Formats: sequence, C-alpha cells, structure tokens
Amino acid sequence: MNAFPLLLVSQSALEPGGTNASRILTLGEGMVFLLGIIFVAVMIMAVIPLMRRHRGIEQEPLERTHQPSEATERKLAIVVGSAAGATVVILLGLVAVSVVVGKSISTAGMPSHALTIEVTGNQWWWNVRYMNDDASKIIVTANELHIPVGRPVVIRGMSNDVIHSFWIPGLQGKRDLIPSRVNTEWIQADRPGNFRGQCAEFCGLQHAHMAMWVVAEPEDKFDAWFAHQGQDAVPPATEELQRGQQVFLNSACILCHHIQGTEAAGQVAPDLTHFGSRMTIAAGTLQNNKGNLAGWIADPQGIKPGTKMATVPVKSEDMQPLIDYLESLQ
Amino acid sequence: MSAVLTEIPRETKTADRDALSRVWRPRPGFTGWLSVTTHQQIGLRYIKTAFFFLLLGGVEALLMRLQLAFPNNTLLGPFRYNQIFTMHGTTMMFLFAVPMMEGVGVCLVPLMVGTRNVAFPRLNAFGYWMYLMGGIFFYSGVFTGSVTAAGWFAYTPLSGPQYSVGKGVDYWAQMITFTEISALCVAVELIVTILRMRAPGMSLNRLPLFCWSMLVQSAMIIFAMPAIVMASNFFLLNDRTIGTHLANPAEGGDPILYQHIFWFFGHPEVYIIFLPALGMVSMILEANTRRGIFGYPAVVLSLVGNGFVAFGLWVHHMFATGLPQLGEAYFTAASMMIAITSGVQIFCWIATIWTGRLRMTAAMHFVFGFLFIFVLGGMTGVMLASIPLDLQAHDTYFVVAHFHYVLIGGALFPLFGAFHHWFSKFTGRMIDERLGRISFWILFVGFNLTFFPMHLAGVNGMPRRVYTYPPEMGWQTDNLLSSIGALMIAIGGAVFIANALKSLRAGRVADADPWDSSTLEWAVPSPPPAWNFDNLPVVSSRYPLWIDPEERACVVGMRDDRREVLTTTVLDAAPHHRYVLPASSIWPFLTAVGLTIGLICAVFAFSGYWLASLLGLIGFIGWFWPPRHVEVEP
Repeated sequence: MNAFPLLLVSQSALEPGGTNASRILTLGEGMVFLLGIIFVAVMIMAVIPLMRRHRGIEQEPLERTHQPSEATERKLAIVVGSAAGATVVILLGLVAVSVVVGKSISTAGMPSHALTIEVTGNQWWWNVRYMNDDASKIIVTANELHIPVGRPVVIRGMSNDVIHSFWIPGLQGKRDLIPSRVNTEWIQADRPGNFRGQCAEFCGLQHAHMAMWVVAEPEDKFDAWFAHQGQDAVPPATEELQRGQQVFLNSACILCHHIQGTEAAGQVAPDLTHFGSRMTIAAGTLQNNKGNLAGWIADPQGIKPGTKMATVPVKSEDMQPLIDYLESLQ
Repeated sequence: MSAVLTEIPRETKTADRDALSRVWRPRPGFTGWLSVTTHQQIGLRYIKTAFFFLLLGGVEALLMRLQLAFPNNTLLGPFRYNQIFTMHGTTMMFLFAVPMMEGVGVCLVPLMVGTRNVAFPRLNAFGYWMYLMGGIFFYSGVFTGSVTAAGWFAYTPLSGPQYSVGKGVDYWAQMITFTEISALCVAVELIVTILRMRAPGMSLNRLPLFCWSMLVQSAMIIFAMPAIVMASNFFLLNDRTIGTHLANPAEGGDPILYQHIFWFFGHPEVYIIFLPALGMVSMILEANTRRGIFGYPAVVLSLVGNGFVAFGLWVHHMFATGLPQLGEAYFTAASMMIAITSGVQIFCWIATIWTGRLRMTAAMHFVFGFLFIFVLGGMTGVMLASIPLDLQAHDTYFVVAHFHYVLIGGALFPLFGAFHHWFSKFTGRMIDERLGRISFWILFVGFNLTFFPMHLAGVNGMPRRVYTYPPEMGWQTDNLLSSIGALMIAIGGAVFIANALKSLRAGRVADADPWDSSTLEWAVPSPPPAWNFDNLPVVSSRYPLWIDPEERACVVGMRDDRREVLTTTVLDAAPHHRYVLPASSIWPFLTAVGLTIGLICAVFAFSGYWLASLLGLIGFIGWFWPPRHVEVEP
C-alpha cells in the first residue's frame, strides 16, 4: 500500500539534487572512506594479538607479571607516538576541509540574484511566503515550495510557536526555526524534481507529521506557477462549486483559513487560495485527493492526533460540494 | 617523607579483627539498614538501583522499537511515544549511567587506594538516598499522570508552561535536582578520598588508572552540574512555577541561552559517563595482559585532557541553530580534538595487548567489544564534528546510532566487563565465564544489528523522535532490523542476569585475587570486611600486588577501637594525620527524606523551598550533633 503512488519520494541525503547537498555528500563520502580505512587498520591491530596463541581463562597458571624489556617499550613508544601524531595531522586536515566546505554552503558562499522565501514553522505545518519588494506581489502558500532550477534561493526561517528545523536533505543541511529569531540558509536545485523534507527538531505531538515538499522546476514553469499563485482563487464555476464555497464561507473554517478573493481571511492555518494545486494535505500526511480530503475534514484528530485543525461539523449532503470546491482551487 | 613516617608509632600490636569488627559492623535491624555508611554497602546499593533503572530504560527502548518496527504502526500513539522516548533518555542518563558509574567508583576507589571508607561516609549515604528518592519521585509521575513528553533535553519553549501543560516537565526538572545533589556528594567525597586518603607511598604517579578516571570524572561533575541546575531549575522550573520567562521568547527570554547552558552540562555529561568506563578498561586490561598499561603517563594525561576538552565542545549540539561561523569552526576543531585524547588511550591499550600475555576472560571479551564499537562510534563522532555533515545528520537516526555506539560501546560494554571482572570481589563467588561469553556474543551481535542500520536510516533522511513514518520512505528494512536487534539485546541482557543470579548462588567460591591482579582491592578477602584492610597497606610500586609478598609493607599502630583512617599528602601520599570517620547514622536518611518532602512541595508551590530549607536544617543539626563521648587524643 503506497500512499503516494504519484510522488517520487526522495528524502535521502545520498540523492542530492542541489549544489550544497552535493558538496556535503562529497565531503561525507571522503570522510567515510578515510575514517573507514583508519577504523579497519585499528581493528586489525587490535585483533592480531587474538590470532596469536593466547591463553583462555582455563589455562592457568600464568606467569605473575610480564613487563616487556626497555627496548620493546621504546619501540612501542615510537609506534604509538607516530600513530598519535598521524591522528593529529589527519584531524587538522579534516577541520580545514570542514571549514572550507562549511563556508561554501553557508550564506557567505551564496551567489547573488537569489529569490527570498520566508518559511515559518507552526505546530505542525509550514507557512511559506515568497518575499517581494512590491508587497502586492508577495504570495503565500503552505507546506510546498516551488523553486526554479539553477537559481539560488534564500530561506528566511522563523517560527510562530516552538523550535522547528527546516530540512530538505536532497538540497541542503538543516537550519533551526526559532521563535523571536530569523535564521537564513540558501538552497539551489541543480535538476528538476520533487524533494521531500520534514521537521528535524522535536516540536511536540505531531513532529512525525510535519513534512514539506520542494518542487524544483525549470525557470519558465516556475514563472508560470508563480504568476498563477499570485492571483486570487478561481471563482466557483458551477452551481455545485458555488454551493461548496458557501459551505466553506458559512462554517468555522474561515476563522483559521484564508482564501484570497473571498471573505475567508483567517491567518492561523494554511492558506487555501490554491489548495487544489498542492500535492499533499496536512503537511505531507496524506496525498491530496478528494477521498483523503473528505477523511481529513471529517476526522482530523483520527488522522493526525493532536493537530490544531478543528473538527468542523459538516452536514453529509454538504461534504461533497465542499470537497469539490476546495479541490477546484487550482 | 620519612620524617613524617616516623611520627606513626611503630611499637603497637597488629590489627585485632574482633576489635575492628566491633567498631565497623553495621547496627542491627531496619534502622541499622537505613544507617549504613560503609562504602561497599552504599556502592552496591547504587549499583543495584541503577541496574533496576537500566531495566526500566531498556523496557522503554523495547516499546519504542516495537512501535517503529513497522511503518504507520499504531501500537503507541504520539503522546505515549513521546513520553516513552523522554523517559528512556532521562532514565538512562540521569538514573542509570551516572549513578551506576558513581556506584562502581564508591565501591572500588577506597579499596584501590587502600583505605577503609570514603572520606565523608555520611555524605555518601545521603547522596544515595537523594538519588533513590529522586528516581522514585520521577517514576511516581507515571501513576499521577505527570510524565513529560518534551524530550530529555526539554528545549524551551516546547517544555515551557504554554506548550507542556501538566506537571510532567516540573517532575523532570526537579528529579534532576535530586540526581545532581547525589552526583555532587559522590564527586566531592571521591576527590577527597583519592587525594587525601591513599595508602602511604601511593604517590599520584602510582594511582591506579580507574582512580584517575574517577578523579577526573568527579572534577567534571563539580563543574558541569551547576550548569544543569541553572537550566533545569533556575530557567525551566522557575519559568513554569513562578513565571520568570527566562527562556520564554515571547516575553524576551532566550531559548538559545537555555540550550547553551543545557549543553554546557550535557556534553561533559557524556564524558562523566564514559571516563570511568575507560578506567575500567585499563584495569581489566592490566589484569589480563599481565603487564602495566603501556604509556601510563600518556593515558593519565589523556584522561585529564578529555576532562578539559569536554567543556569546550558543547556547541556541536547546536550547529543548526545558526551561530556565527567563526565560533562554529572553533567548536569543530575542539570536537575533533577529543578524538586525539581518546585515540591515544586506544593506541596505548592496543600496545598493551600486543606486548602482554593475553588471557581472554569474559571481561576481556567485553573489552574487545568495547574497542570495536567505541572506535566505530568515534569515527562517526569525527564526522558529526564537521559542520556540513552535522547539518545533514543532526537530529537524524545517524546521530542516534552514533551516540548509542559511544555510550553503549563506550560505557555499557566496559561496565559489563567490569561486572564480570569484579563480580567475585563483592559477592565472594566467581561468575560463570562460559555464560559470560555467551551473553557477550548475543549482546555484541544484537547491539550492532540494532544500531548499525540506524546510520543508514539517518542518512536516508529519517529524523529522530518521530513516532511513526510512512511506508514509502524506504526506512522499513532498517527499522525492522533495529527492532529485531533490540530483542536480541534483551535476550543477551536476560542471559547476563541469569548468569549473575546463578553465579551468586552456585558460583565457585572466589579467593582474594582470582586474576593475579596488580591493585590493592585484590589484597583483601572476597567479599572484603566492612573495614577493608586489617592493616592499611603501604605501597612502593604502581602495581603493589605484583611485587614479592615479603616486600609488602603495611601501616601499624592504627587504633582499632574507633573508625580511624590515615590521611596522606596530596602528591606523595606521605602520612599526614589520623582521621576518625563518623559512626553510622540515620540522619543522612532523615535529612534526605526532609529535603525530598520540601523539594516535591516546591514543584507545586515555590514556598516548598522554604520547607526544604527548614527540614534540611533540622536534618543537618541531627547529622552534625557531636557524639556524647568525645575522645581526647593522648
């Protein structure tokens, strides 16, 4: 049973799709290789004496003590001293390489012309705002970032409640989102693809269900997406959809959710203006389709125990129009 | 030194065991049991209690592994799971690992340095009672519904009053106060015991390596524990009970400052747990390779170096919080430096194994298991010190794998080795070597099966502290293997317990020195009498039992009609003066009860601290009330 048959799930640091993740992976591979050799060498040295004839516990008595000769001890001192010296040299090298790579993936190493996206952690979803000097062009979405391939993107990370951590393993290491602070990092995708990430700092009950997707797409496709997201929600085209909209606007949904172009102006839950275009529901918990959406609206606590999504009573005859309307918000 | 030696009257009789027994025997009855102050009894109580908490923590670990064995498992809900991983971490760190190491130290250090008890026996008893009551208090939350689900690190604001309602976090924070008091008591008395009560002639360069490790560990406790008082009590508990907002960002408090203070304790804590284990490894190796540890000065300096450097790398727990880069680079270097001091010890041990005459006891199996697991954990530790790698691996199962490799490999395996090695000393019976080897192999394979796949799950993106995961993430194989491995560890643990129980009842009766070891604890009968040594030993070598028995010397002229010990000078261990240890007393227990009542009340109302002070004061008055017949020195 696969809940995401259509989505290519990739949340592995071993499958980088971006500059920074590739640099980290290369560093990691090099270190695994080097440290692996050292580990094997140390283990061989430790085990060789076991290969020689040694005495089991039953083979008593032993000589009372066995203090090796001065000459042996001197030789040992040279060997142990060299090993310790080699350790120091290797570690210094690793420190240097780490600092260099660390600088290259930090915002100090970021190319210019970056797109700035503000990501705010909430228990347990992500609010996303595409920043723009022109305030009317700021777009707001949730749990899903679209970025253009080949262009650096600055993530300004914040939090509304507890500490979260923004982490897309395929693109970059993690950065904590801390209330009352702003943390930045930059990501850049080198190939199109869907990159999954999830909150990496324990943030309470539903820490396990706080995922997000980064969709990296070619520049023109991204521009189209961006232009579309900036517009108001699609007005309901049919009578059925209009009914669905009325159900939404006349229920408690609007206390928390926002749909641009309608009276729904809540600010404490994910923006639903283009909900239908998103891949998942409830921060990566469910794939976005009508069946899952109906289940989610009917019983959010059953699907994501502890979620702040309220169980809003919806009459059974109203459910289908409501679902159809929300899914029509492309 | 000789000038001081002559001050000891040499004409007196040899020790009178009957007289010593009269002075040192415990008082009868239940109140006598509560009044015990001999270090062996207290140390064994620590060990037994800590072992019980190890089992509790182990059961919690098994529950977690059952939940994670399959994706989307619903065995435990999110709240239960979060509570259980919090309890697991807290139990293992505060109620098992540190008290266990201290228990072993309390048991062994006075014997190893050749004295009759720790320097402050009543403080020792008091420390144990505080630890026990703290543990009971913490677990009483299970029955009153006050169990924290905020993680053993209790980061604010998640652990603050707004996001963690109920009394769970308060119980957690106050439990730390208890274990802290206990740890500080042991630290103080071990430092004084080691520095001032060594056998005459045991200059610092003849101190057994285990005592060195306990000395460094105790010093670390003294510097690290005040930081956690600050974090758990001053920041967290005050924020929660009297609304100080010290760590509440919404009111100008600083959650990152809390993290700094927590990890300034939290990182040294790891070394507080594992330095004694390094000392145990040295002692087991020494006895079973028939030679002194190669490079004794280097090993000692490494231990001391470990102790210092451990305080300089706490920030590597916080690389993802966005600290300034230059500072981060410093902490990368410091974190890697710890690999040098650990590496030197590993090299010295391997050199010791190479040139010694190896005897593969069950304890030695655990030492070799330690070498494998700990060195592997050290390698991943070096990787995590590198900021770029840490930014990917931080808070994933890679880190979970890493610190279980260094803590189970670095502390638990040596500890199990120590159990097998010193079992006879405190029980009078030899532990079954064959069963010991069997339990080692089950534990060793089970351990690697549990924790190696976690490295892979981690780099494949699995974060820590998630109560479940979706099936399409590709983590199920790794998790299933881990869960099977966890069951294997449980079986290994069961074999170990069975072995201990069987050997306790039917093991071969042990003589004083079954391993032909080098250090003084093997000079006394197994189990040792309450006064340890009939005549306090005099030491002329780093390996006092490896010199000819005819050349061994002892102190004569100690009075055997009171609890008298000899204090010596710090560096050369020249005799300094006679020191009379206080008699058994129930007041440490009563003081602990009084403080416990007050501290528990303080969780509910700040005025509880006044109650604690008052009851504590009454306790201390009883404790320090002078004995009726003060003897005047002749």
